[in-house]
Amino acid sequence: MANDDLLLRMRGVEIDGWSDERWHDIIKGVDLSLKHGEVLGLIGESGAGKSTLGLAAMGYARPGTRIKGGEIVFDGQDLRKLSERQKQRLRGSRIAYVAQSAAAAFNPAHTLLDQTTEVAVRRGQLGRKEAEAYARELYAAMDLPNPDRIGDRFPHQVSGGQLQRAMTAMAMASKPDLIIFDEPTTALDVTTQVNVLAAMRKAIEQFGTAAIYITHDLAVVAQMADRIKVLRYGEEVEEADTHTMLTAPKETYTRSLWAVRSLEKPGETSDDKILQIRNVTAAYGKVPVLKNVSIAVPRGKTVALVGESGSGKSTTARVVTGLLPPSRGEVLFDGEPLPPTLAGRSREQLRRIQMIYQMADTAMNPRQTVGEIIGRPVAFYHGASRSEVRARVAELLDLIELDESFSDRFPGELSGGQKQRICIARALAPNPDLIICDEVTSALDQIVQEGILKLLLRLQKELGVSYIFITHDIATVQAIADEVVVMYQGSVVEQGRKEEIFSPPHPDYTELLLSSVPKMEPGWLSQAIAERRQLTP
Amino acid sequence: MHPVLKTVLQRLALGLMTLFLVSVVIFSAIEMLPGDFTQAVLGQAATEETVTAFRRELGLDQPAIVRYVDWIGGVVTGDFGTSFSGRAASGVDRSREVIALIAPRLENTLFLASMTAIVAVPLALFLGITAALWRNTAYDKGVSASTLATISMPEFFVAYILILVFASLWPVFPSLANVRPDMPFWERVYRCILPATTLMLVIVAHMMRMTRAAIINLLAQPYIEMARLKGLPARTVILKHALPNAWAPIVNVIAFNLAYLVVGVVVVEVVFVYPGIGQLMVDAVTNRDIPVVQACALIFAATYILLNLMADIISIVTNPRLLHPR
Repeated sequence: MANDDLLLRMRGVEIDGWSDERWHDIIKGVDLSLKHGEVLGLIGESGAGKSTLGLAAMGYARPGTRIKGGEIVFDGQDLRKLSERQKQRLRGSRIAYVAQSAAAAFNPAHTLLDQTTEVAVRRGQLGRKEAEAYARELYAAMDLPNPDRIGDRFPHQVSGGQLQRAMTAMAMASKPDLIIFDEPTTALDVTTQVNVLAAMRKAIEQFGTAAIYITHDLAVVAQMADRIKVLRYGEEVEEADTHTMLTAPKETYTRSLWAVRSLEKPGETSDDKILQIRNVTAAYGKVPVLKNVSIAVPRGKTVALVGESGSGKSTTARVVTGLLPPSRGEVLFDGEPLPPTLAGRSREQLRRIQMIYQMADTAMNPRQTVGEIIGRPVAFYHGASRSEVRARVAELLDLIELDESFSDRFPGELSGGQKQRICIARALAPNPDLIICDEVTSALDQIVQEGILKLLLRLQKELGVSYIFITHDIATVQAIADEVVVMYQGSVVEQGRKEEIFSPPHPDYTELLLSSVPKMEPGWLSQAIAERRQLTP
Repeated sequence: MHPVLKTVLQRLALGLMTLFLVSVVIFSAIEMLPGDFTQAVLGQAATEETVTAFRRELGLDQPAIVRYVDWIGGVVTGDFGTSFSGRAASGVDRSREVIALIAPRLENTLFLASMTAIVAVPLALFLGITAALWRNTAYDKGVSASTLATISMPEFFVAYILILVFASLWPVFPSLANVRPDMPFWERVYRCILPATTLMLVIVAHMMRMTRAAIINLLAQPYIEMARLKGLPARTVILKHALPNAWAPIVNVIAFNLAYLVVGVVVVEVVFVYPGIGQLMVDAVTNRDIPVVQACALIFAATYILLNLMADIISIVTNPRLLHPR
């Protein structure tokens, strides 16, 4: 065959996973081909089989999965026919892997340099001195600060963004032909992500490495890939070059991958404030987390708190709910000062503020039925009888668009979106005036996020409840917020109506944050980097 | 000061504190024992006066607090007092220093413990690591099953089986481990083979299972998958990437078992008639020989505290987050 310039060809690949005592299909006959030096984006929602397929390109199946059928031909050899030892020699040398969470994928017991040079030295490709010199060169290519010394550090001594770059350097250390990037920037803050993406792209261009780039974020993959393949339920939805995929996707499913971006609501505000946080300063032990924060929440409206991790968003929520008493300042609820501690608050004060968490999975007791989970606050706050509780649970389930029959199910039987709906119902159960939503859509797929956001908007319209919406995702803010509060390192940078915050001129940090949000245009990254040079000192 | 050194010093101070509290507990516990040495020696028939006179002679008529201060003051200067036994109401005093009683016995116990540990610890680590490496193979299952069997049997039972097989049916080792101070080294080792083997069978299981579990626990970590995806062979993945992160739980179990070798072996000593410290303490309790009981209890407590302290320090030193702070 005249496919000599093909580096990787996968044909009819089928992969099974073992669960519930039997084998299930994860990948159902997918074809994939990649030329030397080409970057293919692999995109889909959770459970689409992206990572499984990416690992299969290394001839690797995670414990509990098996490659059942098809061909995986890398540079002329079918990986499925090679022995484990032969595959080991390819891995780390000619095919390398970059994992999602660099913080977890670096061994805490060894230095970065030791881990970067490990394979090249072990295999005798390079002497130790040469390997170390090359690693430093790669650290420099990845724009790591102090490339000559950073390798002597341990993983916990380096920031998340730097680790992710060091991991790319580690993947390149033995000059591979192919790198599998498995959601490499998903765990990073958006402001960090831009730099890491730019460094990765620069490095793969410089060394002419081919790559498979796995992500759920179309805007990210648009910056990295020449071609994009969309996967769903282990099958290919469509494949096209990046430009075509963004401008004229054939399948409606592909469009739904940016569902949240299409939502938008005009921001409204009101002078009637349900909650006022005044000059609050708070600390964990001696570590100051909030510095003189003042935020007002208008009644029946949504205030979005945005900022990167560590900016104090969740801590603000903990102060409002009484979990963390502030060291200075006060919180006024409906004009009355709230006691700083949970223990000091009356049941009525507790009832009026409720909370929804990011991980619906861990926020519910897996041994309780949905009816018990939702019914508990009804009985607790309203002292309702059993039949009243049952009626209220049915009413709440109807409100969150689930059938009454759900009340007998356990959390384990529900999908991610359904679980989050149950958490919403539980928060609504005591008829609160204010609900704090802490990253409630972050762990969900786009199309499910869209459903949850629409539900929250409808509930606000019908019940007049106010939201504090904590998120790091600007598209979500566009979809739901009336007002926006931008936080940075424990202080409020800016607050106001959404349209005002989102239109220039911005304070520097807001500008940095907004300009870091990937746009669905292939040229965005280069442009953002060029603009950023002027922003960062 | 390096934070690790600081933590170590803190732990050391904490250990001394604990030892002090334990000394209080030991003393009060013994206070609460019914009966005392005078009654044990003089018997039921003794008159009130003889008992009182004998008590005064032993210093038992002093209030508890005074006796505690006396005792602990002596201990701090290395004087554990004089044993009660050897004294009699007749006034003849053939009693000995507690130190002189304990020292040879403690030496014997430490000899047996070291002999066991030198074989048992490396063996347990080896079995644990290889079982984790070849997980779910016949080897792993064989090792797990046989160690489970030895851990489930009471130690005296294991001891009697060993005596039956190796001293009676096939007499290669002596069944009595009656060592004496003037015995040559290898003669002692030879006589201790059966008790050491008994103890080894008991503790290897525990340590091996923890080593295996600690390593397997780490195998689901992303950095282990990363090591595999770098094409490293299974041996390197386990030894270089899993083991260095597994030391803390493993070392804790080793410390616990070493402490057992010093303080918990009285049953084995009895079976093999081995003159160790456990037997001494049991005899002292029967005779109400309070100075000896107290000294033994304090030595046992110190052993536990010291070994756990060492385990803590090793856990700290093998944790790069503590050893190399940001």
